Parts: sequence; structure tokens; C-alpha cells
Amino acid sequence: MSQQADNAYYVPHGTHWPIVGSLGMITMLASAGLWLNGSNTAQWVFYLGAAVIVFMLFGWFGDVIRESESGMYNRQVDSSFRLGMAWFIFSEIMFFACFFGALFYARALVVPWLGGEGAGASTNEFLWQGYLPLWPTNGPANIGGEFQTIPAFGLPFVNTLILLTSGVTLTMAHHALKAAQRGPLVAWLAATVILGAIFLYFQVEEYHHAYTELGLTLGSGIYGSTFFMLTGFHGMHVTLGAIMLAVIMFRCMKGHFKPDQHFGFEAVAWYWHFVDVVWLGLFIFVYVL
Amino acid sequence: MSSIADTGITHVHDDHDHDHKPRGFLNRWLFTTNHKDIGTLYLVFSLLMFFIGGSMALVIRAELFVPGLQLVHPEFFNQMTTMHALIMVFGAVMPAWVGFANWMIPLMIGAPDMALPRMNNWSFWILPFAFTMLLSTLFMDGGGPAAGWTLYPPLSLQTGNSFAFVVFAVHMMGISSIMGSINVIATIINMRAPGMTLLRMPLFVWTWLITAYLLIAVMPVLAGAVTMLLTDHFFGTSFFNAAGGGDPVMFQHIFWFFGHPEVYIMILPAFGVISEILPTFSRKPLFGYAAMVYATASIAFLSFIVWAHHMFTVGMPLEGELFFMYATMLIAVPTGVKVFNWVSTMWKGSMTFETPMLFAIGFVVLFTIGGLSGLMLAISAADFQYHDTYFVVAHFHYVLVPGSVFALMAGTYYWLPKWTGMMYSERWGKLHFWLSTIFVNVLFFPQHYLGLAGMPRRIPDYSPQFADFNKISSIGGFAFGLTQLIFVGVIVHAVWVSKKKARARVWEGAIGLEWTVPSPAPYHTFEKAPDIDESMVPHADEISH
Repeated sequence: MSQQADNAYYVPHGTHWPIVGSLGMITMLASAGLWLNGSNTAQWVFYLGAAVIVFMLFGWFGDVIRESESGMYNRQVDSSFRLGMAWFIFSEIMFFACFFGALFYARALVVPWLGGEGAGASTNEFLWQGYLPLWPTNGPANIGGEFQTIPAFGLPFVNTLILLTSGVTLTMAHHALKAAQRGPLVAWLAATVILGAIFLYFQVEEYHHAYTELGLTLGSGIYGSTFFMLTGFHGMHVTLGAIMLAVIMFRCMKGHFKPDQHFGFEAVAWYWHFVDVVWLGLFIFVYVL
Repeated sequence: MSSIADTGITHVHDDHDHDHKPRGFLNRWLFTTNHKDIGTLYLVFSLLMFFIGGSMALVIRAELFVPGLQLVHPEFFNQMTTMHALIMVFGAVMPAWVGFANWMIPLMIGAPDMALPRMNNWSFWILPFAFTMLLSTLFMDGGGPAAGWTLYPPLSLQTGNSFAFVVFAVHMMGISSIMGSINVIATIINMRAPGMTLLRMPLFVWTWLITAYLLIAVMPVLAGAVTMLLTDHFFGTSFFNAAGGGDPVMFQHIFWFFGHPEVYIMILPAFGVISEILPTFSRKPLFGYAAMVYATASIAFLSFIVWAHHMFTVGMPLEGELFFMYATMLIAVPTGVKVFNWVSTMWKGSMTFETPMLFAIGFVVLFTIGGLSGLMLAISAADFQYHDTYFVVAHFHYVLVPGSVFALMAGTYYWLPKWTGMMYSERWGKLHFWLSTIFVNVLFFPQHYLGLAGMPRRIPDYSPQFADFNKISSIGGFAFGLTQLIFVGVIVHAVWVSKKKARARVWEGAIGLEWTVPSPAPYHTFEKAPDIDESMVPHADEISH
């Protein structure tokens, strides 16, 4: 503990980044609201707000990186970051749990009830007579019209292998970092980013296929809603994760991180494994089952 | 122990170097990373929201003063009930507790600041923008949200131009809460001074730790729920549309999976504050400290498996009704432990009745009334009678107003001298307590009778047989609202006028690290971790044997 007194917990004095972030956030969201209400000029303000957020992230993380590289963070600060990242990821897990919950509830309860099971007998009889409760479904009113689903063991399976492989390459990068081997570290990180990009490319390909050929859209009843919201939010997280990995890669090229102290790297690795695991859940519950 | 009280300062600060507050208004308040300043910002903001939300409640009570439609359009009445709830829940009570967490947790565990000070600033500075956006919806085409704070579809999907703004405001509040709770967890787990073991922490710290876990678990679920509303409204999804294979009832399940833990998010820190105050003014250690910790954790766990008791009448399978009824009743056990321990703490204590203690005792009595009416509502079969009546309104206002809000007031009076360095006016504080206590009962007790007699909630007009109780309730409402101006007066007096300096240990019976620093607490405290001895932690002797 006396060691701690020598190297006190770093408490920054004043920061303007949060208020910049708040201004960007309100600009983005208020103009998003106007945009949704039909104002076309608002979309440009939306992009402006998004740009302010990006500027804030650059500045804020830039400050943190500088402080970290100049050795202002002791072990205790490191622990705070670890706790912060871990519980942030937990909040993300709960966000996905919400949409998985909607999928399970709709599939296991709502659709059978609409088909007349249990207490749904009169619902089916008087409102949706003749509806057969099969999954996939766009509901008794056939919302969004006929559609076909994407077979699991095509592109989605390939994407599963890609993401799992990217988890391995990332772990290789981590080993290289711990062994102080810069070359392999950057190479493995680059491989991870590229695998992430290929995954995203295939997702776009799959969406295009769904919209243009399969008739499967966001508006295809409950199947389309759960399919696109789950895979869409996952895709956004992969995009974010890939950007974060790229930042880490550039930092590694600049010589950041030490074999025994590199939480920035680990935080992004945690995040990447989290999106990986979410994908496994998606592959099983959205595509296979 | 008394030597600490007399000398006041056990931790001498290098004041020349460190006690300089940032110069300039913007530097001090907008860019601050100081947990005390951010705590103050949270508290002032929540007080402002308390009055805005309260004014809306007075619009409701004015309309309900007599039967018939007289003051406001029914559509506006619905906007008032909706906005009153959103503002009180997300703008008043929750930020007020985060303000207490900011001020007190580092002081109570001997930490130099919150663990992530920059993020702490952002958690707060999202809120003014979020609530500006929410309040602005009242002036949009079609008015503000009017479907109730629960935002049930399909009604909420009929909101006018304000719909997207309401959803985004909720997103912003969620982001703020999640960052705030991550900070609380990191602070409590990582920043405790050596010797401040988990089972020595003050109960307020414990209850906030558990509250933070609840927040992180459920705020993202609310974000998901309102996102589904948004896509159903604008992007053609069918989450809550039976024609597309979705179900409006599914929204209720998702919402209340958030909503029930949310109830405990608002009350658990209150339990903590009450557990600090009662021992101080009873001059006895808290009875059953460890049991209080485990009871809090049990309540938090149970809060995740009781949500559907908010929707007994919606048409659930019988098994669901039974499960949620019994699970809900289980909560009475740990809550009963708490009430029993509070009463036992006071039992044979050398009690004095300063304002914080009065509010704390008022809390124990009146919160318990709300708890018991909750048990009545938990009985599924009986709930078919009570559901969506004023009985429900009376129930949750008893746990929230003389519950959470009384605890907030108790905590404010308790720590105000520590924050400002000055004693508040005990005479006005006591007047504030007695008027609040009388009028909160005049306001809410008649609503039990109204509900049992069948008066529905969220309706601007009512049958003439409900007239008398409504009139009494409205009188109580206005009197309670006006009484709160005393609270503002007491705070203003303590901050700017009062000449009576507070000692470091403000209250004779108070034990804990926050009383070892001077009053007002210096801008920076515990930059070096304090050496904790047994006399500084209230529960040390209990744990040691």
C-alpha cells in the first residue's frame, strides 16, 4: 500500500470532451427525430452531429492514450478500466438479450397462441381463422408478403467460421504482444481486421440477396423484424469492433503497449470475443433452429 | 471516538496545493471531474426536475379537484400524467440518488474521487440535454407522449411528431444511467481504502453497489424495448403487431423486466440512507448489518423474476399468474427483515429527533404502508379488482414519495452540513417534515379508497361519487407541493445565509469516514488513503467476532 502512496491514483483535472460529446449526441438525435418526421435537411445536421461524436472520441481517447503512454496510470487505474469495460460489455449483453428475448417469446408463445394453442383458441377462431403457426412466419396477415429465409449452412456458416477464426488470430496477436514480437503482433491484428471486414462484406451480400431475391425485409412480419434487428445490431457491433481493432493495430505499429501492460488491447479483444459469442447465439437461434 | 469528533480533522490536507477549485464558472461546473461538484450538479438538477414534475402533478390534481372537465383538454391531461412520471422517475429520483452516490461513496470508502472521473462528467451532462428534448415534446405537433410512462403499444405508437424524440430522450437517459452505474461499481470494487473490506462498508455503499448492478442489467433492456417501438413506428417491423406475428403484450413483458428492477433502483439507495441515519440518532449500531446486506441482495435478485405482477389482467396463462404472485410475495420476506431491523435499531436507543431522524422514521412508517398495499396487489385474484385503479396510484406513491423522496430529504438534511459546512435551520426543517408528512397522507391516503371503490387511473373525469375523496386529495397535493418550497428555503439558507458552522462530526452519534473530514468537505479528500481504525467504521466490531 505504501507503493500506492508514491504513485497516486490519477484523477484528471477538468475535461471538455464530455460536453462536446453531449452536444454531438443532442445534435445527432434531435436531427434524427426531425429526419424521421420527414425533414430532409435534418439528415445533414445528423451527419454533423455524428462527426462531432467522432471528433470527441478521437480527442477523448487521444488524451487517455497520451496519459497511458506517459505512465500516469498505476495498477489501480488499470483495474478501474477493466471493471468499466467488463460491465460495459455486460450492458451490451443485456441489450442483445432483449432482442433474443423478443425472438424466443414470439416463437415459443405468440405464434402458437395466434394459431389457437391454449388460451389463444378464440383469438385464432375469431381473428385469425386458418392461420397455421409455423416458423418462420410473417404473421396471420402475411405482413410484408411471401418470403424465403437464408439457409444456415451457406454464407452464414462460412461467416461463423470467419468470426471464429478471427478470434484465434486475435489470440495469436495477444500472444505475440506478450512475447514482445511486434511484427507478428501487427500481422495477426491485420488478419483479424481483414476477417472482420470479410464477415461484414458477406453480411451486406446476404442482406442484398434477402431484399432483392428472397423477399425477406425488415417489414417481413416478426421473422423479418427479429432477423434484421438481431443481425443488424450485431453487424453494427462488428463494425465498431473492427474499427477499434484497427485503432489498436495502428497503435501497435506506433510502438504502443508493453508485454505486461496493454489493457487497451485487451479491452478491444474482450469486445471482439463478445461479438463473436453473440454471433454464435445468432447462428444457432436465428439461422439453424 | 469522541476525540475524533472534537479535533474534527484526522486527515490533514495540503491545502495550498490541492484545494484550489477550478477558476471560472465553466471550468468549475461544465468541465469538472470532481465527484463533489458533479454530485452537486446532480442534486440541483434533480431538485429542478422535482419541481417541474411536481407542477405537472398539480395540473393533474387541479383537474381532478371536482368532477367534470374544466381546466385542461383530456389529451393534455394524459400528457401530464405521462410526463410527470417520466420526469419524476428519470429526472428527479434517479439523478438525485446518483448525486448522493457521487458525493458520499468516495467519502464513505476513503477514495480520492470516483474511479472514472471524466465519464462521471459525461453521465451528468447528458441529462440536461435529454430532459430539454423530452420537455420540448410538449410543444410539438400532437403534443408530448400521452400513453403513460410505460409507453404501451399500440397506444404509444399513435403519438404525434414527438414520438422519436421521446424514444431518443429515453436512450440518452439510459446511456447516462449505465455510465453512472459502471462508475459506481468500479469505484466501490476498486477504490476502497485499505481496511475497508466489503463487509465493513456503510450500508448506503452496499445498497448503491447492488442498485448499480440492477441498472446495468435493465437499462439496456429498456433501450431495446423503446428501439423496437421506434422501428415498429417508422420502419415497418412487427414486434408489437399481432397481424405480423408479434404481440403488444410482449412489450409489456420486456418493459416490466426493466420496470420492476427500476422500482428497486429508486428504493434501494433509500434503504441505505435510512440505515445510516437511524443508528446515528438512536446512538446504537445498525441491528443486523449483515442481514441487511443479504436482504438487499435478495430483493435485487427477486426483482428480476416478478415483473408480470404489473400485468396480471392482460391475459396470461394460469401458471404465469401463480408464479408471479408467489415470487412477488417472497419479496415481503427480505423487506420485512429490513423493517424489523430498522425498528430493532431504534429499540432502547437513546433517540433524538433531529430533522433527518424525523424523515427516517416517517419513511419507515409510511413506506411500510406502501409495502403492505403492494402485498395486496400481489394477490393475483384480488388484483383483477385493483388493477389500473387509484389503489395502484396510492400504493406506488406511498413507496415513492414518503419512501424514496422522504429518504432523499432525510439524506439531504443528514449530509447538508457536511456539504456546505453550515447547519441548516432545525426549526424550519422540522416544520418541513411535519407539513410534508401530514399532507402526503392527505394527498395519497384517500386514493386507496378511491381505487377500492373503482376509480380508474389516468382519466381526467370521474363519477360524482368520487368527488369528496378527490377534493381532499387535491388539497393535500397543493399543500404538499407548497410545503416543498420550505425545503428550497432551508437549503438556500444553509448554503448562503446560515452562520452556524458545522463540526466535522456533525451528529454526535455519527460514525463513518465521511465524518472524519472537515465540514465542508474539502474539494479533494482522501488523496492519500486514510488509515482506517475500528472506530471509523460502524460495523467493525460486529464483523470481528
